[in-house]
Amino acid sequence: MDILVVLEDSQGSLHRLSKEAIVGAQELGGKVVALAIGKHCEQIASECLSFDLENVITVNHELVSTYNADGYSNIVKTIIEANSPKIIVTGHTYQTRDFMPRVSAALDIPFIPDIISFSEGSFVKQVLNAKLNATASFSTDQVILSFQSAAFTEENITPGSCSAKAFDVNLDSSIVRSKTEDPFQEDAGDVDLESAELLVSVGRGIEKEENIPMAFELAKVLGAEVSASRPVVDSGWIDSFRQVGSSGSNVAPKLYFSLGISGAIQHVVGMKGAKAILAINKDKDAPIFEIADYAVVGNVLEIVPKLTEALKNQ
Amino acid sequence: MKIAVLVKQVPGSESALPLNNYQNWIEESSVTFVMNPPDNYALEEALLIKERLDEGEVVIVSMGPDRVQKVIREGLAKGADRGIHIKESPEIVKDPLLIAKSFTTVLKEENFDLVLSGLQSDDTGMGQTGVLIGEMLGASTATLAIETRLEGDHIKVKRELEAGWFQWVQLPLPASISIQSGLNTPRYPSLKGIMGAKKKVIKCISSDLASKQAQTIDKIFIPQTSKQTEVIEADVDVAVSRIVEILKSEIKVF
Repeated sequence: MDILVVLEDSQGSLHRLSKEAIVGAQELGGKVVALAIGKHCEQIASECLSFDLENVITVNHELVSTYNADGYSNIVKTIIEANSPKIIVTGHTYQTRDFMPRVSAALDIPFIPDIISFSEGSFVKQVLNAKLNATASFSTDQVILSFQSAAFTEENITPGSCSAKAFDVNLDSSIVRSKTEDPFQEDAGDVDLESAELLVSVGRGIEKEENIPMAFELAKVLGAEVSASRPVVDSGWIDSFRQVGSSGSNVAPKLYFSLGISGAIQHVVGMKGAKAILAINKDKDAPIFEIADYAVVGNVLEIVPKLTEALKNQ
Repeated sequence: MKIAVLVKQVPGSESALPLNNYQNWIEESSVTFVMNPPDNYALEEALLIKERLDEGEVVIVSMGPDRVQKVIREGLAKGADRGIHIKESPEIVKDPLLIAKSFTTVLKEENFDLVLSGLQSDDTGMGQTGVLIGEMLGASTATLAIETRLEGDHIKVKRELEAGWFQWVQLPLPASISIQSGLNTPRYPSLKGIMGAKKKVIKCISSDLASKQAQTIDKIFIPQTSKQTEVIEADVDVAVSRIVEILKSEIKVF
């Protein structure tokens, strides 16, 4: 094995960033093996059987039936020690950030996180609040890499076929020192932003809570879901399950239609994987315009009602 | 309860960021430095834990050249009890493993019950130091904490997960916890605090950076945008009809 991709379980299915990490691993080149952990490991593995991989290792053990940093870091450590991959690859998710440094410290393997691209042993990551990019490199035999959301496109997975094989681990219960409770949502919404095709997303430019229905009306005529940036959620104008960004959902719709979102980096990491970005903002220097395909300089409050009317007549 | 807060000094969000001659980092002489914002939340959480318990000690630990004493003093002015400055110069190490080893050597001797850090730094953004140190100290770890509850010999941490999910984790002490921004409202130092901070002790220790850097930053550069952006700056009606056309014929949403 040259490369080990550590997969992530997203409520029973393969996390989008894991698929992107597989693309990254395939581009790095060599024999790629994937690892699925936890009670859904077989479902996760079955999603990978049509990919060009050596195989998928599945690990299920009562101590890691659900995610916990102690158990996961021990299992990943065990698999690395048994197979000596040169590169360990994963998506740069909150879960990765929670346990992967433990693996790095335990095995003394450097961890280069949040990579956006690479070429010939040199890895590009954003630094200084994404104002500058940096190339990082490593001087060790092994390295851990995590790829930022949308660094690669999941459609570019090289297809093939592989098989899954279960790996038995001996885990001592004393390894898991933390007690992890079940995840919960504070305001459970049945909105699935991550699989939405079209998103109308609201930012501070909407100005006040009374203007929010304007976004919902536009979304309705487009058949889109409504999402929002953190300031709008923090103001209590829109439910938190609609938040896009590093502390909300990571989305990759066909269209991301942003209304008055400035485009802070915490927001952009959650939506820059969109196939098309159409942004309206009063400020022509708004950072969102740097990543937009269409930059409409103007007042959201004037444009949106007229647009909704015009679309109704289509 | 002995709490360490790991604080980094980073360029402020409004600071100029000129590249240095080697183009491998910024030229520090024209940079305005501030306390890394996530670390400020970690410091506030440490002070709140101490105040709730009505006992304990909060120690600011910072690594860097002499300039970092400014953020240590700032922490002391806000109410931390003493500071430790792990000195490094002239070049700043950016290898997280090496930085964590340096901290671990110092933290081990102090036997902290809790180590708090911000979830990532605004400069290199490696986002792993607190967890690396936790592993190296043999402590339990958790990240993205948005609430903490100390209960006897353990601490309960509410973690932020993705897509609006949360999770409670109970950790035995000692624990190293990295803190998500926004979980509290960091205080400003009072005048009394600022005066008092002058009498508080900052211990200086030379950093233990003997081993080789496993990871380096070789070059920094201004990102190039490759996207072709169509700018629409027109009357409302013209803009609206162009948007309709884009939605219909280019993005093909209907």
